[in-house]
Amino acid sequence: MIVLADVISATIIFAVPLLLVAMGGMFSERSGIINIALEGIMIIGALAGCLMMRTLNSAVTSGALGSQLAMLISILTAAAAGVVFSVLLAFASINLKADQTIGGTALNMLAPALAIVISWVVQGQGQTTILIPTWSRITEANFGLTMKSQFLQTLLFKNLYLTTPIAVLLFAAAVVLMYKTRFGLRLRSCGEHPQAAASVGINVFKMRYAGVLISGFLGGIGGLAFTLAAGAGFQSSVAGYGFLALAVMIFGNWKPWSILGASLFFALFKVIGAYASSISFLPQFKGVEGVSTYLYPMLPYIITMILLILTSKKSRAPKAEGIPYDKGMR
Amino acid sequence: MKKGLISVLASVISILVGLLFGLLLLIIIKPGMAFPKFGQMLTAGISSAPKLAKVLYQAAPLIMTGLSVAFAFKTGLFNIGASGQYTVGAFAALACAIIFQMPWYLCLLAALIAGAFWGVFPGLFKALFNVNEVITSIMFNWIGMMAVNLLCMNIKQDGKLIMLPKAWISGNGLTDRTVSLSVANPNALIPKMGLDKLLNSNYMNISIFIAVAFAILLWVILSRTTFGYELKACGSNKNAGIYAGINAKRNIVLSMVIAGAMAGLGGGIYYLAGTAEYTIQKALLAMGFNGISVALLATSNPIGTIFSALFISYIQVGGETLQPVYAKEIIDIIIAVIIYLSAFALLTKTIISKRIGTGTANANDKLGNPIPPEELKGRKAHAHAHGNKQKEGENK
Repeated sequence: MIVLADVISATIIFAVPLLLVAMGGMFSERSGIINIALEGIMIIGALAGCLMMRTLNSAVTSGALGSQLAMLISILTAAAAGVVFSVLLAFASINLKADQTIGGTALNMLAPALAIVISWVVQGQGQTTILIPTWSRITEANFGLTMKSQFLQTLLFKNLYLTTPIAVLLFAAAVVLMYKTRFGLRLRSCGEHPQAAASVGINVFKMRYAGVLISGFLGGIGGLAFTLAAGAGFQSSVAGYGFLALAVMIFGNWKPWSILGASLFFALFKVIGAYASSISFLPQFKGVEGVSTYLYPMLPYIITMILLILTSKKSRAPKAEGIPYDKGMR
Repeated sequence: MKKGLISVLASVISILVGLLFGLLLLIIIKPGMAFPKFGQMLTAGISSAPKLAKVLYQAAPLIMTGLSVAFAFKTGLFNIGASGQYTVGAFAALACAIIFQMPWYLCLLAALIAGAFWGVFPGLFKALFNVNEVITSIMFNWIGMMAVNLLCMNIKQDGKLIMLPKAWISGNGLTDRTVSLSVANPNALIPKMGLDKLLNSNYMNISIFIAVAFAILLWVILSRTTFGYELKACGSNKNAGIYAGINAKRNIVLSMVIAGAMAGLGGGIYYLAGTAEYTIQKALLAMGFNGISVALLATSNPIGTIFSALFISYIQVGGETLQPVYAKEIIDIIIAVIIYLSAFALLTKTIISKRIGTGTANANDKLGNPIPPEELKGRKAHAHAHGNKQKEGENK
């Protein structure tokens, strides 16, 4: 039973970054901009968030600042950094009409290198890992509770960070923004037929900027959420999660609820891979080396491929994505 | 002014701005050391014969992965999977060398075939199921790396783990890398033909010539054959290609197969040099991703990849001299800035042409194919759409 609680809580904490980042990608792509730079945005967000936690560490340990208030500040820092970084993509692909995939690839190369250089500058030569302080986790003590059931304790508090409730709120807000507001309708129209949108007075440039910046906001928080979930500190990488989020977004068909389902699904397989050795009904392949390090971790990628093939018929991308907006084109 | 020259000029401007940005970064981080270190970085590659050998040694696989990405670009495909194809190619070469004791040329052939095999998947999935090749390539990067690691750790011959050093050298308990080829099969090492003595470096062998030969071969295919023309036609406008009777699906698969073969061969020539063993680790190999930079900087021209690979290899060798005062990743920042600038190459080229006053701005699309101005106006961008966009386009 404890294993089950473990698996569920680990699934949720790994689903959170996927959900946030894939939702970010959705906003960008529904506005018409392919955002392959999500990986880079996550790295920059995680870097900024972790540096903020590091800065606030002494204030929290001395009791001058509440630990979760410090977390909130760090999360907002991560979001702001993501927004700033995504401006680079927006500028290249909206103002300069550059190729969106190439611009995004450049940013993906820039982010980890920049993160390493900044980590060196802040922490000193050769120190590339930014440690995560222990106060970042929400424990029973934060609520003044003591859990009697170990099952519930594991389920609720083993992997709880402020990013999880914030992700739930942001998801709800994103759904409302996308489908219940004038802004959402306008944004979506720019991803389908920007010239038609412009003909009724919508500013396509502004809408696309909004889409990319929202993806920066969510991607930045997602990067921090990933680093918290991975647990080993920030090492200038998010291990390909930005790309996985892109796959989640496509598998989720550019729709919020499907993306939610897809990210839970992917996280589950990721966690099954990680916990394979303690799940009794899975084959353990006695005598084979590297089962838990390489064989089961391959699972999410293979499943992704199979699912993308099976669902490719139903897949429906925003029509105008990837095409620079040209006023004169009808 | 010739189109080619403008392309080169645009790349040179991007490079200069990128380097300037790097210098600025050095000044911000540690002003006192910035200028001497920057100078050292710029000249390291030609400072001595062994350094030059290292530039050439790293440039060879870079040319191959660059060709891989560039060739796919020409067909409108983004092969971000060069890293996986490179890894699978490297494994095939090493397996043939260590297990089957084959000579070097057969090992390279195996690398080529294995890379091509890994390129089939993104091509086939794109052609048959319209799954975006970027996603497939990324997934197969990870699958390939993990599969290769598993194989290296588990292949047994006569009860010994044959790929690992302990099967060959008693007392060597290393399990994180493959056995050195000079121990397992010296015949699999790529011949040096005296070049090592000429440049006084063990890194030097004929791989750079192999890479250059393939670059020329791909250039001939792309610009002098019907097959190459069909590939480029599909890349510029898939629907027009189909309308003209070109089998677009076949071309997509073939293009990815050739791209994969190039990356696979790159893996082969790097690990058959005998100076590096394949290390079993959890990170994707960077060589494949550097191939993207090489291809973009060369605007996907196969001949151009030779020069851009040499340049990138050159500043990477230079980057090592930045340590330990600065992180060598500053080089990656410089490269990223260069690529970012080349993303709006069109704009740069237009400005150059206007400045020089030739009147006609010869625009190139991102594949490096010139677009006539009249077509540019009404042109719909095409590639890299997820999902069913192109299918729906057909139904219109």
